[in-house]
Amino acid sequence: MALDTTAAAHPEVHDHEPHVHGGPKLYGAILGALLVLTVITVGASMIDWGGGMANVIIAMLIATLKASLVALFFMHLRWDKPMTGIIFCSTLFFLGLFLIGCYTDQVARPWPEPANLKPPVAKPGAPGSGPTMPGTTAPVGTSPASSAPVTPPAPAAH
Amino acid sequence: MNQSITADHRTDKHGEVHSEHDPRLQHHFATFEQQLDASKIGMWLFLATEVLLFGGLFVGFALQQASHPEAFLAAHHHLDKSLGALNTVVLLFSSFTMVMAVHSAATNKQKALIRYLLITLACAGIFLVVKAFEYHHKWEEGLLPGKFYSHKGDTVKDQFIFFSFYFMMTGLHGIHVIGGMIAITWTLLKARKGTFDSTYYTPVDLVGLYWHLVDLIWIYLFPLLYLIT
Repeated sequence: MALDTTAAAHPEVHDHEPHVHGGPKLYGAILGALLVLTVITVGASMIDWGGGMANVIIAMLIATLKASLVALFFMHLRWDKPMTGIIFCSTLFFLGLFLIGCYTDQVARPWPEPANLKPPVAKPGAPGSGPTMPGTTAPVGTSPASSAPVTPPAPAAH
Repeated sequence: MNQSITADHRTDKHGEVHSEHDPRLQHHFATFEQQLDASKIGMWLFLATEVLLFGGLFVGFALQQASHPEAFLAAHHHLDKSLGALNTVVLLFSSFTMVMAVHSAATNKQKALIRYLLITLACAGIFLVVKAFEYHHKWEEGLLPGKFYSHKGDTVKDQFIFFSFYFMMTGLHGIHVIGGMIAITWTLLKARKGTFDSTYYTPVDLVGLYWHLVDLIWIYLFPLLYLIT
């Protein structure tokens, strides 16, 4: 009985192509799109899109588009069971957290130059003098919030 | 006697009852489809670790580029854009031939499978040859990572940082290309023995996934290293 129902569900027993997706035409079209995007990304890199991060962002957007095409069609994510997509997307999510966390930390603080690479200070005078960062060397006992921004560094004693 | 009770007698989900157990179906799987799905999940988990491995380098690159923008801009002019673009095209094309190899295996086209695997292997070889020319050129000019950097006449300092990342990232990627070539060769040898058909082509599929990831990483490496402005 069980065999009969199985056979009925698949009347063409010798048709061995149950889960084949895509095909030469689709894959060829994807390859064409990838090559066109490669030309576009090379072309876009020769144009100045307004300084700053604009060029990098455009290049990364095109790369992400290309990567999506490869993952969705060549790697069959489009047709796969959800689990593979979940694995891949969660990987990208944590990679994004890693990148964003590190990058915002980097741009939010001054680059820690070694002390011996700092431009020479005019003349070290009394403690607390010289071009220091506000708040870091505020005199003990004074509130940095009130004193540091208002009072200029104490003039060096003569 | 109902033969469909034991897993060994249900090797085919198309209603064909096999009295012999297909040796390509491992005993802990009920069907080939289940075996393929389980293998794919394992492969994707491995690919996730690969993405994170390269991710560390990408994050490092982003941080150093943010703190040495002039050095990175000056250094990337030493790279040959056209060779990088050529390698991109070669790798994209090899990804296409790889997916065609998987498709050929899934549709029982043995000769096409072998032909596409051979083309993929050849593309990987071309990629490495082009890369070797590029490395040779860097070596001649002393554009080497870290303390080995000995390029003369620089107007912008700290360019060695860019080349540290360039060699580590393309080097690790190159090692993956070599690993992919070994995997493709192994698949090719099995394919020539006629191991794969539409019921069983798991290794072709998994090697394909790996090869596409190698392509995927290069898709990001190329604009980052060669095209930054």
